[in-house]
Amino acid sequence: MRDAFVAGLVDAAERDPSVVLLTGDLGFMALEPFIERFPERFFNCGVAEQNMVGMAAGMADAGLRPFAYSIATFASMRPYEFLRDGGLLHEVPVCVVGIGGGVDYGLNGASHHAVEDVGIMRVHPELTVLVPADSAQAGAAVARAAQLRGPSYLRLEKGHTSVPGLQEDALSVIGDGRDVAIVAMGGLVSEALRAAELLAERGIEATVAVVSAFNPSPDEALVELLADVPLALTVEAHMLNGGVGSYVCEVVAEAGLPARVIRRALRALPRGEAGGRDFLLAQHGLDPESIAAAATEALSSRV
Amino acid sequence: MNRAASGTDAPSLTGADLGAAIRLDVLDQSMRARIGHIGSSLSIADILAALFSPGGALRNARPDDPDRDRFVLAKGHAVLALYSALRHAGVLTEEQLDTFATDGTELVGHPDHRLPGVDFSTGSLGQGLSLAAGAALAARLQGSQRRVFALLSDAECNEGAVWEAAQFAGHHRLGRLTAIVDVNGQQALGYTRDILDATALPDRWAAFGWDVAVVDGHDVAALQGAIGDPPDAGVAPRVVLAQTTFGQGVSFMERKIEWHYLPMTDEQHRQARSEIEESAA
Repeated sequence: MRDAFVAGLVDAAERDPSVVLLTGDLGFMALEPFIERFPERFFNCGVAEQNMVGMAAGMADAGLRPFAYSIATFASMRPYEFLRDGGLLHEVPVCVVGIGGGVDYGLNGASHHAVEDVGIMRVHPELTVLVPADSAQAGAAVARAAQLRGPSYLRLEKGHTSVPGLQEDALSVIGDGRDVAIVAMGGLVSEALRAAELLAERGIEATVAVVSAFNPSPDEALVELLADVPLALTVEAHMLNGGVGSYVCEVVAEAGLPARVIRRALRALPRGEAGGRDFLLAQHGLDPESIAAAATEALSSRV
Repeated sequence: MNRAASGTDAPSLTGADLGAAIRLDVLDQSMRARIGHIGSSLSIADILAALFSPGGALRNARPDDPDRDRFVLAKGHAVLALYSALRHAGVLTEEQLDTFATDGTELVGHPDHRLPGVDFSTGSLGQGLSLAAGAALAARLQGSQRRVFALLSDAECNEGAVWEAAQFAGHHRLGRLTAIVDVNGQQALGYTRDILDATALPDRWAAFGWDVAVVDGHDVAALQGAIGDPPDAGVAPRVVLAQTTFGQGVSFMERKIEWHYLPMTDEQHRQARSEIEESAA
């Protein structure tokens, strides 16, 4: 996804001379295509994310389009108030880019797991949150961010995935099973699709839906999808509250839909034990087997 | 709207006269609204006079001119003094100023960029210098001659983010960025010397690659001299450490912590006003 982001950013910068890239001293073996093509529009702000995001607002106010890049935890949380009082309050197109959303930094431990970022960003309706699910969506997301009139947060995951069937919309729907809708955020679509296969083997028909943007969020499409399924199972590499599970609950409750919502997400920060992405997902019940089991159990307890 | 010559009042006051006029507005508006933050608004009155006097350091055309100089009131709690300066510059009317601290006013209690004449919203200490550094970096990229001024408080320099911005601006020699620090020696709960000593501020800014000037923050001519003419591109950014007196001009407020908070009584307002008028005469 990171390479697709950089390629998309180079394209955007070719079209729009106001596009500039700031980094908090991260992006080795990633940002070089932009740096080589536009050295005068690239600034390494050092390990100083607050100033990077604050400066981005000052630059955007003057008509530039800064993209401020760092690891998702450092990009989203340390400078959060600078984004709120900066790009957001000033109504200017600052784009904060966080690489490694979720638990993609695996063995690096809790300091590097961005599992609150979508929640804290989504709370502001004026802040567009882009959560691409594969590399093609990442490329489209950066093109979209480069057109926005206001601020945005782009959550990138590390995998070089390509998921067939994704659309450019904020909600992609794959399949038409009516027993359960598995609603995934971003890259967890891969686990959701595999879980749907496991469920099919057990005679349970699942639809997989992927949310890849909030603000605006795909409320209408989600209501349409969930209108006639008894169970929505949300999965995300994020804390339980604030992300896609919370979002689905909000939509279902406000629309008065009969669907039951089950949320699968992190319930505590990973600590004391490390592992790769798949290990951590399994530990938190987000591997395909656990997702399928959660759906099976919820459907059987319904009767 | 033209910052230099529109609105109801023709700009006429300059220098110390403008500083005194700002002080009187601060007293009158604080009295009418029965609010505090008086002391820190008084301490920056002459700094604003140095910037906003006709022919002063801040070269502004219309608030919507992209090449106007920018001003960031990083110590946003002293916004009342800024509103007064904007009124005397003809950007705000007296009627607008009289809406301060009333329901529905556009004159928010910390600067709000939606008000024409206010370039940046502030209020959370430690953010303003980053906004200003970004604005100065943008000016460089855009080939604009505009300058960017940021007015900070000394206690604001407690914030680590100030030094992130100072590092960046020093390293990149953002010479069109000028910071002014209102060194009034006080913060919300006490004196800076007792809380986090600011005595070393000149050395600190110099160590971050800034060109440091220490001046009397109530001498408008000295302030304007230190702020200087627009510098050449690519020189060190300048910081003017303006040594000021909290509550300056009002004997019973000077250097008193409580005037960060207190509103005045009628009698205090009368006395404060007469002291300012006498010293200006």
